[in-house]
Amino acid sequence: MTSIILGVGVVLIVVILAMIFRVQSLISMVRGTPTTRETTSNKVNAVMWMVFLVLGTIGAVWSSIVAAEYFLPEASSPHGRKTDDLFWITMGITGAVFFATHVLLFYFPWRYQFRENRKASYYPDNNKLEVIWTVVPAIVLTLLVLSGWKVWRDITTEAPEDAVVVELIGQQFQWEIRYPGDKHAVIGKSRPELGAFDFRLIDANNIVGIDYTDENSFDDFMAREIHIPKNRPVLLKIRAKDVLHSVFLPHFRVKMDAVPGMPTNFWFVADKSTEEMRAELNNPEFNYELACTEVCGRGHFSMRKILIVEDEAEYNKWVAAQTPWLSRNRGYLSKVPDNLREKALRVIGPEEGPSSTDSVPAEDAASVPAPEAKKTVKMVSNPGASVEKPKTAQ
Amino acid sequence: MAAVDIPAKHDMAHGDDHDHDHEHHQSFIRKYIFSEDHKTIARQYLFSGIFWAFLGGALSLIFRLQLGFPKMDMTFLKPILGKWIQEGKLDPEFYLALVTMHGTIMVFFVLTAGLSGTFSNFLIPLQIGARDMASGFLNMLSYWFFFLSSVIMLTSLFIETGPAAGGWTVYPPLSALPQALNGSGMGMTMWLVAMAFFIVSSLLGSINYITTVINLRTRGMSFSRLPLTIWAFFLTAVIGVLSFPVLFSAALLLIFDRSFGTSFYLSEIYIGGEALHYVGGSPLLYQHLFWFLGHPEVYIVLLPALGITSEIIATNSRKPIFGYRAMIGSMMAITVLSFVVWAHHMFVSGLNPFLGSIFMFLTLIIAVPSAVKAFNYITTLWRGNIVFTTGMLFSIGLVSVFISGGLTGIALGNSAIDIQLHDTYFVVAHFHLVMGSASFFGLMAGVYHWFPKMFGRMMDDKLGAIHFWGTFIGVYLVFFPMHYMGIAGFPRRYYSFTGFEVWKELYLDLTGFITIAAGFTALFQVLFLYNFIHSIFRGRRAPQNPWRSNTLEWTAPINPGHGNWVGEIPSVYRWPYDYSKPGAKEDFIPQHIPLWETPESNLSHEIEPGAVGSGGEKVAMDRQGDIEAPTIVNNKEEKGRIDVADSDKKE
Ligand code: HEM
Ligand SMILES: [Cu+2]
Ligand SMILES: [Cu+2]
Repeated sequence: MTSIILGVGVVLIVVILAMIFRVQSLISMVRGTPTTRETTSNKVNAVMWMVFLVLGTIGAVWSSIVAAEYFLPEASSPHGRKTDDLFWITMGITGAVFFATHVLLFYFPWRYQFRENRKASYYPDNNKLEVIWTVVPAIVLTLLVLSGWKVWRDITTEAPEDAVVVELIGQQFQWEIRYPGDKHAVIGKSRPELGAFDFRLIDANNIVGIDYTDENSFDDFMAREIHIPKNRPVLLKIRAKDVLHSVFLPHFRVKMDAVPGMPTNFWFVADKSTEEMRAELNNPEFNYELACTEVCGRGHFSMRKILIVEDEAEYNKWVAAQTPWLSRNRGYLSKVPDNLREKALRVIGPEEGPSSTDSVPAEDAASVPAPEAKKTVKMVSNPGASVEKPKTAQ
Repeated sequence: MAAVDIPAKHDMAHGDDHDHDHEHHQSFIRKYIFSEDHKTIARQYLFSGIFWAFLGGALSLIFRLQLGFPKMDMTFLKPILGKWIQEGKLDPEFYLALVTMHGTIMVFFVLTAGLSGTFSNFLIPLQIGARDMASGFLNMLSYWFFFLSSVIMLTSLFIETGPAAGGWTVYPPLSALPQALNGSGMGMTMWLVAMAFFIVSSLLGSINYITTVINLRTRGMSFSRLPLTIWAFFLTAVIGVLSFPVLFSAALLLIFDRSFGTSFYLSEIYIGGEALHYVGGSPLLYQHLFWFLGHPEVYIVLLPALGITSEIIATNSRKPIFGYRAMIGSMMAITVLSFVVWAHHMFVSGLNPFLGSIFMFLTLIIAVPSAVKAFNYITTLWRGNIVFTTGMLFSIGLVSVFISGGLTGIALGNSAIDIQLHDTYFVVAHFHLVMGSASFFGLMAGVYHWFPKMFGRMMDDKLGAIHFWGTFIGVYLVFFPMHYMGIAGFPRRYYSFTGFEVWKELYLDLTGFITIAAGFTALFQVLFLYNFIHSIFRGRRAPQNPWRSNTLEWTAPINPGHGNWVGEIPSVYRWPYDYSKPGAKEDFIPQHIPLWETPESNLSHEIEPGAVGSGGEKVAMDRQGDIEAPTIVNNKEEKGRIDVADSDKKE
């Protein structure tokens, strides 16, 4: 309501102003072209530049101070603090240039407004000046680029060997999260590795297309939230199923597109746990969030996931508590090559307790060979729901 | 009315249809619709551009309402938007469609066609002293291809599945898969077809501009005497010719992927419950091709605005543009560099990080010539004698927004910093200032400045001043705060921020404020429209040279007919910036005034009064040339020769 009144008010003011000036210009037409260019309106315009300069400066300074309250808190990653520093250094330099150039840009029109008795100076060039203001910006920019380049190079180097791997898979309009699992010792590997995937293997259950001909897949598990340990390098392996998406972790200054057909990655270290951040912000509800920053359709604005940073011990506990996807979807054992099936069973362990399924889609049931026929697959009704619900007894 | 006409020698201002008197009769259709006259075509572009600007602006107001007042009941828009409003809410997909069409319209239809199309067409022949474009026919085709493109793009707004909605960059796979987005169906097809015609139009135009500038300059109009406007249009056309074909191929491959099952951009896609057959394509290929045009496009819209500004600032500061050669040099540098920075839009696209470093270096290099231009503008104002015509106000405003937006580009061009800022509102703020507002101000400056030449009448400068101040204050109120949102991480192309803890409670007042400011800015554009239309019919009659400008167009009749000059085309004897020359009687000496007529003001390196040599062509040497060869033929003899040359040129 207020905005309507406001709008109407503005319209009225504009209309009234228009009328006044129409009348004025009619009068001026009758008088003929003014013989001087040193008119009142010229003076008014000249003064306006200074008014704009003063009010604009006040407005810019005041509003940025107020707005700064909501800028993101200090980065929760070391590289993020570096890029933040770069950003603020750049803003400092450009801010100073912004202010200086605008002072001149707005002062000159006022100072050198038209005077009948003055003549502009004929000053077509000055090579020295030109050289100065070519070279100085060039040097400043070079310094900025070099410092930016060093940071960029460090951020984009290969991830350390021992990085914790998390796979993020973008799809309309949901992120899927896959972890390599911690049962690598069982298959004789020294570190967790993500299993292979193939988009052709995607189906209503295996929504990220895990390839069970790769033994690394056996202990892979899917999660509902992203958990990462504090102070350890984390390597995000990023891909997309359908269209472009982009992983954005604003608090960590992490962003990388998810591209169908071209896996990307980004590694970083989180050095502030969720708990610490809650304390720092005095907000017990606080959570780190993952957003999508590449337009991907109707639900682009809703692709949210929570990310939890915890101490390494807690993280390991959490990982240990997860069950491999395969052990909850034993029907997929049929996809495991015969020679690896035994290994797979060792990884996922014996069937825990009475386990089974609610319903079996016909074609899935058909594709499952005899030995596994009774341990069928639970159809995830919503392919968007990333985590299988615990199976119920038959 | 006290119309002030200062008839020039051959002025025919008293009949708009005076060419009937001495030229073959033209039917109404040939004269006003399928016209080959560059001035008519320019006006056609201008009217189309203004139409599109209002439409593009209106779209932005609708989605700004959604952003500023997410809880608002939008039922009142239902009469216009129909099914896109459900239960008082804007459809999220239509939100994207609005953003996409807004961007496409503003960048291509307003600031490429509306700006370049209008002023390149209007000013190139008039300022270089030519009867018309090299090919009037191609020029006409160029406009009508644009018109066709406009019709298709406009129609796409009204189709069942809605217009293209994947952002103005229309990245595949989103834009290739109708399953992914309704707008990627018919709407996207129409987008692609419209853009294909648009590109044809743009190429026909650019080829014409280049040819005309190279071949049809009047006697004495050497490249180093060209007004900076012409330099800008010329280089813009060069950029266009080199980059638009790449967009064309990008679009073509996209069409293949969409309709003929190829896999240029698509690979390993599972959507709608099935794995698609595409393998081996790369979405990044599209991004490379798109931005190979897309970045130069920024300069395609910006350079003409900068050229216009150079001309207007010099004229109204009553001072030569500072560093004429440096201005040309920096425009050339921008032209070249604009082709080697495209991947700065792709730092976090999965691009090889090493390439990212290369593009970061190249990008920050391009900031140097831009900075030089800004400094030169400011120095031109220094110790000037400044007349604030509306054109001048917009030009100074342009320099301001150009600086503001350009400086944030230094942050964005730094790949390390861009990780955080990419695709946030910081980018939206940046490009709206440096590309959107700067080019828009250039467009407005040009309209106010050359209105008298286009329509033989003056626009009201008081209303103009109000329009300017409202717009200038308005764009800062709208776009400056968007930086804050960007620093707080707000992603762009978001329908709403309520889903995220980090953003849902931030800047609620600010977004509302931005929307109100946008409405406020829009109102002032209505004022402009009133002034514009009213002045076409009822404005004060224009004097011969209202701004006391040096360039050649002001020597043509107030309402130039087909062929521009009656009789001979004036020759050019000096650069266009002899303002406030010491010793001169007036504070300007137009380009067609020979040096021998101004002995009192000639500089030492300029011609000795009375020096007579041989070969009138020599006068055409550039200013440096004049130093060594102060040679001028006998006045009478030269005039005679020009007459002959002219009659040769004229059909
Ligand atoms: C009344 C004036 C304008 C307002 C209020 C406005 C507002 C906006 C906003 C808020 C967005 C971002 C929406 C989002 O990302 O969700 C946007 C996008 C855009 N605007 Fe404007 N704008 C205006 C004028 C212009 C002008 C003059 C241009 C010319 C260059 C322009 C070009 C664009 C482009 C290219 C986009 C990006 C579209 C996309 O993301 O695909 N806008 N505009
Ligand atoms: Cu998205
Ligand atoms: Cu660019």
